[in-house]
Order: sequence, then structure tokens, then C-alpha cells
Amino acid sequence: MACRQLWASRAASYLRISVFHRSFSNVLNDLKYADSHEWVKVDGNSATVGITDHAQDHLGEVVYVELPEVGATVTQGEGFGAAESVKATSDINSPVSGKVVEVNEKLTSSPALVNTSPYKDGWIIKVEMSDSGELNNLMDSEKYSKFCEEEDSNH
Amino acid sequence: MRWGLWKLGQSIPRRLAHGNNKAVACRYFASDAELKKTVLYDFHVANGGKMVPFAGWSMPIQYKDSIMDSTLNCRENGSLFDVSHMCGLSLKGKDSVPFLEKLVIADVAGLAPGTGSLTVFTNEKGGAIDDSVITKVKDDHIYLVVNAGCRDKDLAHIEEHMKAFKAKGGDVSWHIHDERSLLALQGPLAAPVLQHLTKEDLSKMYFGEFRVLDINGVQCFLTRTGYTGEDGFEISIPSESAVDLAKAILEKSEGKIRLTGLGARDSLRLEAGLCLYGNDLEQHITPIEAGLTWAIGKRRRAEGGFLGADVILKQLEEGPKIRRVGFFSSGPPPRSHSEIQDEGGNNIGEVSSGGFSPCLKKNIAIGYVKSGLHKAGTKVKIIIRGKSNEGVVTKMPFVPTKYYKPS
Repeated sequence: MACRQLWASRAASYLRISVFHRSFSNVLNDLKYADSHEWVKVDGNSATVGITDHAQDHLGEVVYVELPEVGATVTQGEGFGAAESVKATSDINSPVSGKVVEVNEKLTSSPALVNTSPYKDGWIIKVEMSDSGELNNLMDSEKYSKFCEEEDSNH
Repeated sequence: MRWGLWKLGQSIPRRLAHGNNKAVACRYFASDAELKKTVLYDFHVANGGKMVPFAGWSMPIQYKDSIMDSTLNCRENGSLFDVSHMCGLSLKGKDSVPFLEKLVIADVAGLAPGTGSLTVFTNEKGGAIDDSVITKVKDDHIYLVVNAGCRDKDLAHIEEHMKAFKAKGGDVSWHIHDERSLLALQGPLAAPVLQHLTKEDLSKMYFGEFRVLDINGVQCFLTRTGYTGEDGFEISIPSESAVDLAKAILEKSEGKIRLTGLGARDSLRLEAGLCLYGNDLEQHITPIEAGLTWAIGKRRRAEGGFLGADVILKQLEEGPKIRRVGFFSSGPPPRSHSEIQDEGGNNIGEVSSGGFSPCLKKNIAIGYVKSGLHKAGTKVKIIIRGKSNEGVVTKMPFVPTKYYKPS
């Protein structure tokens, strides 16, 4: 998830849901993470992509997810969709390059799955990767946790 | 419009789908150190308020509840808002009514003492400088509240005209109530809870009415009004007593009335179909175009006498070229400046504010379209990130209002 515009980033930050008091967002060990707050889970040449718990926490309750078409080409670091909350809109960037082979159609009717289950039911796209070497550009869970802490302390 | 959410809710310049160029980041916020604080600032922070810059102030956008939940709770139970950043002032003097009538479209002379109305300050071209709720306290005393984001220009405008008016012998002076704070108590529980804190019978005070009375032992200015579509009150209280009153209201409601921030307030006013100054009202938009013809008193339609009257009365006679309407739409929530097209793909207008309605669970928007295309049921396309989405013109309010009026 990219908060490229200053305003979007600020708004998303301000609109954080504090449903439970959490000192940190949930981060899973077996995933790779982008600095724009998307995760990717790799299985052979197939990659499943979503936004992180940290991202959904900042964005607030998601009311709409804009999905790409199956067959669309995605590029690492570039936007393929968007997540809309009541007050903010944010790009979703792809952590990997390749072709979209599946989209989570459940998000059309239940966009809040991105909030309630960001790493499972709230997945967004599945990509057939064109270059698995790109995974080296991403962070592991430990690095990502530190990245989030630094980003939050800078806000 | 009260409580303008100046930039929040504005759409952000976005690259089209598949584009590679980055949108230029715009700086919308003053640094936090320069922001003013209301006397409730520490109270907000202690209650989990997330403070954001707004119109030069540090204001709570949200507390522990989500914006969705806060909006729903206001309509089911009630909300307490800090709106102290808005500017309250009094005009006094034998000629305060004729003075104000030069500046606003309302029939101020026709207001009964103790009653008020929404009005618009106009410029010489009939455009809206600001909207405001004005109240006639007595024939020689008017109390009004203007939007935080418009305060400086409103005060400069009033002062300029007051100088000229006094130079011609007019009797009018003003006082800016910066020593007071303003709370908005809105929703079905607003009146029952407030009744516990005052001896006066609030069931005899109707929408738009004003009283000076003791609340929680302190003399307050009370107006039965709000910008949420709900029954409720705006309470002007000496600042030193504001936190105590906020606490008393929350205690009396036993947690049902919740502290509520800017984010939910904007959802509520949007659902109520009310204008947000800076989005739905601006210097180039007249009250006629904005659908506020009802706010021009009958006598004033005949007489004029306010700035821009020639433009406005002509629009009354001939009809405006554009009109403010509501929309439902599919796809992403519309935001300010989204293009509106007819079904043939021709541009017919623009969204001025929009979003997702927590109550209706669907997208709603306010925008301006060419006259003739403003009828409810007209099908439109709303263009968001280069994609066309189905929309339809609808009457407003989107969520029915519940103002307390004599039956």
C-alpha cells in the first residue's frame, strides 16, 4: 500500500482504528514485505499479495477495494489497485512483477476482510511471477517490524 | 455550513490507472507547533483523541471508536463534539439588524427574538463568503457563529463594512467570543441528557431557538441546532467551565453519548446533505446554485439589499445554470473534484464532496451539474481514477433529518 501523497499518508495515519490497544501490528514470519506496506507469500512461481496489518491499521475501515483484472501485468513497486476508507484513499503497489492470475472477488462485497483478516481472507491478488529474484528487494518480517517502528516514530 | 472539514475528504491528485508519473505532493498542513489548541485539548488527548491540523487548530479527528461507529452512534444515541475552533461573535446596537442585512441573505428583521437561522454571507457577485447560523437574541443583539476556516476573511469583511456603516452614523458594535468555548451535543439522547443539567424545560425549546440559561451551574448560550441532521444543541460556555460540562454530559449519558471527532462529523453532515464550505460552497457559488433559496427571506427576495443581490435575484427569476444535487454511486467512494458525465460521456459537472455513508452502507456524494440534468433519477457517470462508475441523481438529505419542531 503506497501512501505517496503527503495528505493521504497523514490522513491514513490519523484515521487509525484503535479497536484494541496494540503496541505493535501483527507481522507473520513466512512472508516478505514491501516498504509501501504490502506482503507477499511465495509458493513456487505463484505469489499471493495483500496489505499488511500495519497498513490496514493506519487506513481505518476499508469500504472499497479496487481490483485489477485477471491477466493484467503488474510491476514491482507500482500501483495495481486502491483501498478506500471512509476518509482516505491509498494506492496498493505490487511487491512483485508478473501477471495477475487470480483476484479475491470476495473483497468486492466484503472489503472489510482487509481489516479483519489482512493475511488470510483479505488477500488481494495472486501473481505468476516473472522474476523471483525481485524477492531480494523485499524485507523479511524482522526488518519490516523495525521499519514500521521507525516509520511510526517519525510520524 | 458549520464545521468545515477544510481539506479532509478532498480528493488527492492521482495518477491515472497504469500511469507512471507520480502526482506532486502538496503541503496541506501547518506544522503542529503552530497550531492553536482549544481548552479541551488535553481532555481530548486523555480520552484517546487523535489530533490533526484543521484550519490552524489541533482538533480531534477520531477517538477510540472508528469513524463508522461514531457516525452510527450519533444517530442511535448521541455525540459530543468540540467545535470551539469556530468563531462566535455578537453584534450589538440599535442598527445591528439593518447592518447585518446588508451582509447576509436572511430576513433578520423577521426573526423573532430568541430564534435563528442558517444564512449565507455574500460577496458583490452573489457568491458565498461563508455560511453561518445567526440568532436574534434581542432586536439590538445578534449572536452568530462562523466557520473556523473562514474566520479571518469573515471578520475582515464584517469590520470593513462596519466602519463604513458607522461612518454614516449607524449604531453597531461587535464582540468576538474568544473567551468562550463551543460544544455540539447531537443525537436522540442530546435533549434528555442535557435536561438533567438544567432547570429550564427543554421540551419547550424548538429547532433554531436560542436561550441564555444555566447549564451545569454556568450561564451558557444554548441554540437548538447542529450540522448533523439530528436533534441537538450547540452550547457556548465560558472556556474555564468547558471541560467540566463535557465531563458532566458524558457522565449523565452513562457512556451512550460518545466523544466524536471531525471525521464522523463530516460523514454526518454529508448524510444530512448539508454544505461544507470550501467544498460545496465557495466564493463563486451563489446560494441559488447551492439550493439555499429557502434561506432568502420572502421580503428580501422582493427588496434585495444584500451584497450581490442583483446577481442572486436574477438567478431567482431566470434559474441558475448549475445546481447542487445529491448522488448515489457504485464503485469507489466519490471524492471532491471527481468529474460527472452524462450517459453519453459529456462533462456535466463535478463532485464537491462525497464518501461512503456509514448509515446507508453505500456511496453518497454532493456535486454540481448543469441545470436541466438535476432531476432525481437522472443517470450519470462519475469518473474516478479514469474509470466510469454508475451514478444517479437523488434528493437530499440522504438520511432523514430529525430536527425537533412543533408538531
